[in-house]
Amino acid sequence: MTSRTLPSSTAVTLPLSQRLTLAVVSILVGAALIYFAGFSHMELVHNAAHDTRHSAAFPCH
Amino acid sequence: MIKRIAQTAGFSGLLAAIFLTLLQSFWVSPLILKAETYENAGASEQAEHSHEAGAAAHEHGAEAWSPEDGLQRTLFTGLGNLVVAVGFALMLAGLYTLRAPGKTWQGLLWGLGGFAVFNLAPSLGLPPEVPGTAAADLLLRQYWWIGTALATAVGLGMIAFGRNWALRILGVILLALPHLIGAPQPDVHQSLAPEALAHEFVYASLLTNALFWAALGLASAWFFSRATRNA
Repeated sequence: MTSRTLPSSTAVTLPLSQRLTLAVVSILVGAALIYFAGFSHMELVHNAAHDTRHSAAFPCH
Repeated sequence: MIKRIAQTAGFSGLLAAIFLTLLQSFWVSPLILKAETYENAGASEQAEHSHEAGAAAHEHGAEAWSPEDGLQRTLFTGLGNLVVAVGFALMLAGLYTLRAPGKTWQGLLWGLGGFAVFNLAPSLGLPPEVPGTAAADLLLRQYWWIGTALATAVGLGMIAFGRNWALRILGVILLALPHLIGAPQPDVHQSLAPEALAHEFVYASLLTNALFWAALGLASAWFFSRATRNA
């Protein structure tokens, strides 16, 4: 990974369009993980993550 | 940058998930287990654990695998926590690429935001429930939950980063909108567990999640800026 070292702001190492893409992809992948463990209707996943769902106050049952 | 996001999400998610699992096993899980004793007693009377219409794919048949109480159940809960925590941390790290937290304490603000989006706002309409609580159709509640989290996230973002008052006012409207629409409610509110237990669970869930989000926010901000320095 090539990153220029700029003294003050570290967020300017990539152009905005690329950072936006990265942010959107990260958010979508994160949401997919949460959906899988917390919201999917697969019975196996529901049972395994049952207490996680109740504790996090995700809609369950 | 991808490596930084992955590192931030992986490490802070792992730390926060361990913290959450510890908190849960002291306060939250005992309440769930207690509530299940009432639920199971009620279920044997009704001979079924009904899930209302449209939930055909979601029945607790006797044949369905579920972790055994004790260590196995705690481990799977911890695993579930890990997946969810890494998911939340990925979202935070993604946002950090747009607005990097300059100081670690700013992660606390991001964590508070996450708590408001994913716990506080949905809980206003759909409070944390112990097993055995009557509730509206699962899909409807999931839609409302997701819609509320989305509206709250966008609303908070507009209020925090909006450059003019119109945007901020729109943000406030977005915060209020899901609650004006209202969460799907069951025809009759009833719970197999005693009311005191249900109440304690609400506090237990909200408090543990607040602590979890504080930890996740701080840890993610720390890992993200640490990776920046080393980049």
